[in-house]
Amino acid sequence: MMSFLADYIYYIGAFGLILIGFYIILVKHNLIKVIIGLGILDTGVNLFLISVGYITKGTAPIFSGPGIDSEHMVDPVPQALVLTAIVIGVAVLALALSLAIRLYQHYDTLNLRKIREQRW
Amino acid sequence: MRRIVAILLLIIVAVGISRSLAKIPFGAPKTKVGRHYINEGVKETGAANIVTSVVLSYRGFDTLGEVTVLFIAAIGLGAVLTGTTEKKARKIQPASLVLYTGCRLLFPLILVFGSYIFIHGHLTPGGGFQGGAIIASGFLLIYLGCRERRINRVVSNLVESLGGLIFVVIGLLGLVFGGYFLFNFLPKGTANALFSAGIIPIVYIAIGFKVGSELAGIIDNLIEES
Repeated sequence: MMSFLADYIYYIGAFGLILIGFYIILVKHNLIKVIIGLGILDTGVNLFLISVGYITKGTAPIFSGPGIDSEHMVDPVPQALVLTAIVIGVAVLALALSLAIRLYQHYDTLNLRKIREQRW
Repeated sequence: MRRIVAILLLIIVAVGISRSLAKIPFGAPKTKVGRHYINEGVKETGAANIVTSVVLSYRGFDTLGEVTVLFIAAIGLGAVLTGTTEKKARKIQPASLVLYTGCRLLFPLILVFGSYIFIHGHLTPGGGFQGGAIIASGFLLIYLGCRERRINRVVSNLVESLGGLIFVVIGLLGLVFGGYFLFNFLPKGTANALFSAGIIPIVYIAIGFKVGSELAGIIDNLIEES
């Protein structure tokens, strides 16, 4: 059990974040909290992708000088994908917040249950 | 009730995930393509930073799509927030002298640091997206410290469009010279020099300007509305 924890601690942390984000999205009624959950979920996915690409005793995949050992460089592909995902995450977050601002102006509340009650 | 259902659902998901993840060892090399990029990347693209060569050379078309997504999100945010409701004139409380002076002092330094990050994107950690985000954070500081200052939307839209245009034009030039989109038609030079890696620094500088002006525009839109 302990060795399992030690081996997979990054996966566990990443999926812990993802599950926390899911829980917030499913349960909370406040729209801002739902957006925060979306952000946490996004962070968890990024962390998971990065930890999949990790190699034991890994270094950054940058040949910043002569004589750098390329044997232990971590996988660059997940890092490039996460670079993409972070930017998309920021864009999604900004768009979601702007929609939340609009909803608040229209309904005077951010409570999703109340918004559902007065749909018009 | 809803809470219990959610927790049950998450437990089921967690068990499924842990079952499948137990087969993926942590810390072991997994993809052959990543190994190929590390071994051949410097030779093939001339960029010392392998992540940059993956982002802009091997997966350059993907990055164009990503830039497009960011662009569409910025446009969507502007379209959603451009008000039909009339704005009440708010009284802006000016920031204190210390904050005002500090922001004005730090702003050019932040711009220089952001430019450094995206100009050296092919040599050091960083690149266009990161540098652009740093530049946008400088604009955010100005919005917080010097309350009445606003960015010039015409200039920022111009810079944004120009950045995207440079990216696409360089890609099309690659199509003309080399036969496929984003072909690296400039000389690659020696690795680890500032002028190396062909089109990669040019494209990253364009992306830096584009992302910086885009995120500054998003901040501007959100502050206008709040």
